Formats: sequence, C-alpha cells, structure tokens
Amino acid sequence: MSFFQNAQKVLKQNIREYGMYIALFVIMAIFTATTDGVFISPRNISNLINQTGYIAVLAVGMTLVIVIRHIDLSVGFLAGFLGAVAAIALVFWKLPVYIVIPLVLFLGALAGLVIAFPIAQLKIPSFVASLAGWLIYRGALLLVTAGTGTIIIPDDTFNALGNGYIPDFPDIGFLPDVHKLTLVLGLLAAIFFIVGELNSRKKKQAYNFEVLPMDMFVLKLILTSGLIGAITWVLAGYNGLSWTAVIVLIVVAVYHFITTQMVFGRHIYAIGGNPEAAELSGIDVKKMIYVVFGSMGMLSALSGILFASRLQSATTTAGTLFEMDAIAAAYVGGVSAAGGVGKVTGSIIGALVMMSLTSGMNLMGIDISAQYIVRGAVLVAAVIFDVATRNRGK
Amino acid sequence: MATPLLEMKNITKEFPGVKALNDVSFQVTEGEIHCLVGENGAGKSTLMKVLSGVYPYGDYTGDILLSGVAQKFSHIKDSEQAGIAIIYQELALIPEMTVYENIFLGHEIKNGTIVDWNETVQRAGQMLKTVKLDTNPATLIKDLGVGKRQLVEIAKALSRDVKILILDEPTAALNEDDSTNLLNLLLDLKKQGVTCILISHKLKEVIQVADTITVLRDGQTICTLDASRGQVTEYMLIKYMVGREIDNIYPTRQRQPSTQITLEVKNWSAYDPNLGRMVLKDINLNVKRGEIIGLAGLMGSGRTELALSMFGNPVGYQITGEIQLKGAKKQFNRPRDAIRAGMAYVTEDRKGDGLILIQDVKQNITLANLAEISIRGVVDNNAEVKVANDYKESLNIKTPSVEQKVSNLSGGNQQKVCLGKWLFVKPDILILDEPTRGIDVGAKYEIYTIMTRLVQQGMSIIMISSELPEILGMSDRIYIVSSGKISGELPIEEATQEKIMHLATN
Ligand SMILES: Nc1ncnc2c1ncn2[C@@H]1O[C@H](COP(=O)(O)OP(=O)(O)OP(=O)(O)O)[C@@H](O)[C@H]1O
Ligand SMILES: [Mg+2]
Repeated sequence: MSFFQNAQKVLKQNIREYGMYIALFVIMAIFTATTDGVFISPRNISNLINQTGYIAVLAVGMTLVIVIRHIDLSVGFLAGFLGAVAAIALVFWKLPVYIVIPLVLFLGALAGLVIAFPIAQLKIPSFVASLAGWLIYRGALLLVTAGTGTIIIPDDTFNALGNGYIPDFPDIGFLPDVHKLTLVLGLLAAIFFIVGELNSRKKKQAYNFEVLPMDMFVLKLILTSGLIGAITWVLAGYNGLSWTAVIVLIVVAVYHFITTQMVFGRHIYAIGGNPEAAELSGIDVKKMIYVVFGSMGMLSALSGILFASRLQSATTTAGTLFEMDAIAAAYVGGVSAAGGVGKVTGSIIGALVMMSLTSGMNLMGIDISAQYIVRGAVLVAAVIFDVATRNRGK
Repeated sequence: MATPLLEMKNITKEFPGVKALNDVSFQVTEGEIHCLVGENGAGKSTLMKVLSGVYPYGDYTGDILLSGVAQKFSHIKDSEQAGIAIIYQELALIPEMTVYENIFLGHEIKNGTIVDWNETVQRAGQMLKTVKLDTNPATLIKDLGVGKRQLVEIAKALSRDVKILILDEPTAALNEDDSTNLLNLLLDLKKQGVTCILISHKLKEVIQVADTITVLRDGQTICTLDASRGQVTEYMLIKYMVGREIDNIYPTRQRQPSTQITLEVKNWSAYDPNLGRMVLKDINLNVKRGEIIGLAGLMGSGRTELALSMFGNPVGYQITGEIQLKGAKKQFNRPRDAIRAGMAYVTEDRKGDGLILIQDVKQNITLANLAEISIRGVVDNNAEVKVANDYKESLNIKTPSVEQKVSNLSGGNQQKVCLGKWLFVKPDILILDEPTRGIDVGAKYEIYTIMTRLVQQGMSIIMISSELPEILGMSDRIYIVSSGKISGELPIEEATQEKIMHLATN
C-alpha cells in the first residue's frame, strides 16, 4: 500500500481520536492568523497553559465520574470553598504551606466521599446529590469569606504554584535567553515516548498482533516528538515550564496510567458499560463510586489551590461555573454521556480547546456574549462529530 | 413457475474483517412458512436485517425483489411500508407502556392530530384475539411473561398490513407450552395467507412447521429443502448446517457418584422488597463434587432468583437460611464474595447483565478474573490477549479477532463469550442459567462436552434450563422448582418429562 493509502486508512480508523487533535490544531492556527501571531507567542501559550490548569485537573476527575454514568456539579464551588480554606489556613491560622496543601487535598477527598454517600448507599441520582453539594459549598464559600471578603495570600511558595516557573541551570553563557531545563525535560519526554512506543511495538510483534504499518509508525513518532519539541521550544523561549504545567502533567500521567493500564481502570469502564454485569462480575460498584467521587473531591481541592494561587487570593466568587467548563471539556474530549467511554487525555485536549477559544477570542477583542455562543456551538459540534463517527465505526 | 413473493439475489454483506453474507440467494413463495437455519454466525440475522432495511440499500450488494419488483430500502420504515415486519431476537416492546400503546406504537390511530384512544383499545382487542392472547389490552407489558410478550410483538406486526412476517428465534426464550402456542398461531396465520420467515435453532419445531427450509453456512446458501412432505429429518439438517455428521446430541459420560458435598443450601427463603413478596420459600438443595444438577421448572418459578440469591444477592433480597461450601458456613454480601469462594454464574440475560456490549471480546472474557492477568494492579495486555485467544479457540467463538466489540457478534457467539468469561474464573461451582439459549446444535454439543469435561475434573454444575431434553440429557439429579419452592427431587434414573412437568405445574 502506498503512503497516502496507509495514512488515509489509519486516519479513518482513528478519526475520533485524531479529530480532537486536528480541531485543536485548526483552532490554534485560526487564532494565530487572526491575531498576527500573538496567540502563538511564548507568553500567551504559557498563560494559556496556566489558565487551563485548574479546569484541566477538574476535567480529569470528571472524566471518571462521567464514565461511571454519574455527574458531579458540586466541583466548582467545592474548589472555590477549599481555595478559601487554604487562604484562611495560610493567612489566619498561619499554617505552613506544606501542611496546608495536603490538608486541603484531604478535605477535598472527604467532601467527595460525602457527596458519594447518598449516591452509593441510597441510590440518589448524582445530579441531585451534587446539585445539593453545589448549593452547600456555595453557601460555605460565602460563609467563610463573609467577614473578610477577598483574602489576599502573601505566601510566595503557595503563589508560585499558579504563577511560578521551574528553576533553570545556572547561566554558563550557552543559549543565554532560553530555559535550558525545560529543553532538557522536553528532550527526555520525547526520548521516553519513542522508546516506549518501540518497546510496545516489539512486544506486540512478538505476540503476532496487528501493529501500525512501518511508515505510519515512523510518521506518528516524528509528529508526536515534533509536537513535544515545538511546545518545549516555545515555552523555553519564555520563562520555561510553569509549576501548573508540571502539576497537570503529573496528574494526567498518573490518571492515564491508572485508567488504561490498571485493574482499577478496567473496573471503571466496566461499570460504565454495564453496571449490572459489572456487579455480577465481582466488581464492588459501591466502593468504586466512593473512590471516583473521592478522587474528584481531591482534584477539586487541587483546582481550588491552583486558582487561589493564580489570583494570589481567595474570592467570594471563586469556582463559579468551573463545573460546567470541566464537563464541557470532557464532552469535547470524547467522553460519552452514556457512560463507559472516554479518555483522560481526551478531556485534557478538550480543556485546551475550550481555553484556546476563550484566550483567542479575548485577544481578538470579541465581546463576551459572542464568546459564550461560540463556545456553545463548538461543544455541540464536537459532540455531534463524536456521535457520528462512533456510529459509523460500528 | 409463478414469481416468488420475495426474492433475494446474490446478497453480499461485509463487516470489517467479516464477510457475513457471501452471494446468498433466497426465495420465499407466497403463503408458506419458510425456515432459515444455520450455525451461530452463519448470517441468518444479517440476511433478515438486509431484507428489512436495517442495513440500507448500498450497504450490501445484490437485489431484493418483492413480487418481482426491485426494492431499495434505505430505512426500516421503507420495508414496513412494503409489508415486511420483523420481530428481533431481542424483544423491542416498551415495558412501562400498555399492550395497546405498544401495538400501535409508531403508527398510532389518529383523529386529525389527536390519538383516538377508544378506537386504539378496540382495535388492539381485535388484534389480541387474532393472536389468541386473552389479556386486557390495558395491561402493562412488564406485567406479562415472555411468551405473552412475544404474542404482543406479533399482534403489533399484524396491526400493520403485513405480507411477510419475520421472526428471529421467537421461541428461544419460551417454554414448551408457549412455544407450541406460538407455532400453532403461525400455522393459523398461514391459513389466513400470511407468509412467514422463521429463524430457529430448535430443529424439531422447524421440521414441524416449515414448508421450505433454507440452510445457511458461513454466509452462504447451502441448500433449500422442501419440507412440506415430511422427508426432512433433524439429522439431515444438522449435517447440512455443520458440514459434518453428528451422531449424539449429548456426550456420553461416566457418572461418578461422589459423596462429597460442595454446596448446600438449607431452609433458604428470600423476600423481594421491590415486589413485596416471598420469591423463595424454604429451599433445601445440595450439589456434590463432579455432579450436574438440573433445576427444572416453568418460567418465573424462581430458579433465577435462587441462583442470584446464592450468588451474593446483588438484587437485595432479604434472605434467611444457610449456605455451606464444602461444609463451611458462608455469608456472601455481594457477588464478589461468592466468586472468591469459588462460584461462577452465567446469567440468563446475556445482554442485560452478562456482557459489556461496548467492550471487546477480550475485555469481557477477563473481566471477572483480572487478578490472574495483572501484577500489582497493572494489567498485562499481552497476557490478556493470549487468554482470550485460548477461549476463542476452545469454545470456537466466531469472531475475526478478540478485539471485536461483543455487540458485533452473533447471538450464539455472545453466549459463548459469557461462558468463557466464567470458565476463566476457574470455579468449583458453576451455575448455568439457560446455557444453550440461542445456540446452534453443533455448539450445544461443544458446550455439553465442556460441561462433561469440567465435572470430570471435579467441578460441580447447577444447570437451570427450560428445555427438558437438555435437563434429562445432562443432569445427574434434578430438582424441580415451582412457585419459589422445591416441589420435587428426582435422580436421573427415575426422571421423565411427564414426571417433571407434573411436579413443575402443581
Ligand atoms: N455489526 C456487525 N459488525 C461486525 N460483524 C458483525 C456485525 N453483525 C454481525 N456480524 C458478524 O456477521 C456474522 C453473521 O452474524 P449473524 O448475526 O447474522 O449470525 P446468525 O446466523 O444470526 O447467528 P446466531 O444464530 O448466533 O444468532 C457473524 O460472524 C457476526 O460476527
Ligand atoms: Mg441471529
């Protein structure tokens, strides 16, 4: 088969997966053109990533929640509330950062378990249970910030999470204006990726499983490492990799591994595919509901920390509509509302798509009203595309 | 010769990796009952889906002629308009709606824009009379048994002006009485001029009602037989279907009575809080090592409830009584506990609670025993494929690869995936609930052989079945369940169909 036939076949078979990446690429290209390149400038990309961070971690947790056929509306105000708790602990209780962060994460997990209780134990629909959570956490946020209003956080370490960048090697005159550690990390990531792909290909061949044709495989390696290289280069040209990006990457890596490689992930997708069959196959569905909502709560706490850190303060409206952004990101990223289908990495791309739209339209000076409408249209288009390609694949 | 009512010519239909139909030709004469038989995955359902427009014109190659006129259906609606009605392998009624609403669903009787309910109810009553169903049209579907639902499906089909009625394994889930009922109805309808295409794995009934029989194998027409003069035998059909001769339906087996009891249930009662009544009353039974016990009884007699209640009680019955495994008292709070203790349960409803249809064959097979193919919680994907391929081979599951989605498999092959999944758990006690429903003769024999092998290795099997020949052919001992109670126990030497039916109905 010729190169193009191969490419066509591979693209057709994986259109759903690659569609998202293509959409992201197209959106970025359009904004780059309409903003005379400002959109793709290192500064803006760096900002974009930091802005996506607190939604991205929510989208990761939401992916699992939607996969097991539930929803969690409470995450936005839970993030806001826990951000305020973090601020209070730092400012009024004078606790050190390294205590505050684990404490808040723990509280988040606890809050998630509380939401899970009526869902798992009493079979209350998660929409209702988490709607109640939405109201309660909103009230709690207003309550703790009632006396003080906005709480300014003076802690530099804490604020670095949302605004800071990883340190660099000391300057030895080589590539003076470039962030060298970022470059090194990018290079390592690319090598890691290539070695991993080669290994898994070899293993599959040893078992005589189907693998991509060689030319497509090489193309995939080149494209992906090229992409990693490009992003690294752009970021290295500014301040380097931000702490937010590091945190998001770690969260995604961990969740990606858990969902795709571990028994735990299999159980989640099984529950989403058919809860009765899952239970009869020996999966403890109740326990999984607790775990998934607990993890969602913890990620909400992380989101709250990132957001408070980014603003360097806790506000009375923090977290408003985060849940909607996270849910939209998951749907755009190919998570199926019917359950059982969806990837963590997809949701991250979904979050990037939605944030790119906001960022790009802001740069273009488009009115906020039009922005909402455009984002709504993109959400619908993405889901229609998803459903259409899914049916055809059948 | 007159133009046949229906002619399908050179039909070829491919799915990725599978040629489901390969140049199939098929003719149906007006007013006959035409049976379609063949192994699981032979292409029977696919052929009917092509005919009824589920796979639209252009998705397949070949021609469909109705009374000599070429048809190009692009949707089920088109074929319905042309007078073709299909009743699927899975029933398609809406449980929360009444019988009359279901019958006229999609072609409501209207007065202007408003539904004329009086007329609807009255017409529904007439339809029920035609199908000899003595039920109030206002009954909810969920309150009817499977047999009656099947009749409602037929009434629904007849309420449109049908020329050809297609039934895909209508009797698979029915007991003998309901089956006989349905078949008699088909013979009646034939007298009224309805042409009927019937797919079935029950060859006895095929021979009994068919005027013509077409055999498919591996997506090809093998032969079309004239069955109206009673020359076709089961034996012949099997030979055409499988392509080789099969002498025995049940494998011969050295019975090896053991005294070691693997599972025992004592004074076992269950109350269903959802139904608000007792579903099981004072059940006592036991299974020995290397023994197959048959649970016979009518639909709804409580056999599935018994299996569920022993298997970790996922439905939430309130249970009293005692369960013992190898002499030790146990309490299972969820299926997980039962599985860990060495039990496995192949459910009756493979789509509802057996399989995860959106996942592939390998994921389904390994789901209940992921521990075996994982190290510290990380799944070994290659080991998984190997395991799945082993079961694909030993159970002869027809699929292009173990990465095929289960929803794309034919009904019988889905059943084999279910079986594979539970065999991989390597249980001591295997509960099979209607294990051969929708399975072809060849595959049945394979499954019986596997059961035989397993008990010879010391497994204990509890087999729930509504097919008495199967119960009599495979069991060592038979319990008869009736209205949630054990109404009798028969050693195989004393058991006969009559005795079982007598105990099951009193
Ligand atoms: N949507 C689909 N995608 C891929 N393959 C399919 C699909 N539907 C059916 N097949 C394949 O086509 C073949 C014929 O299937 P079909 O359902 O027609 O068999 P059948 O004769 O009705 O079998 P059974 O008696 O088990 O119901 C099978 O190999 C099946 O796996
Ligand atoms: Mg079929």
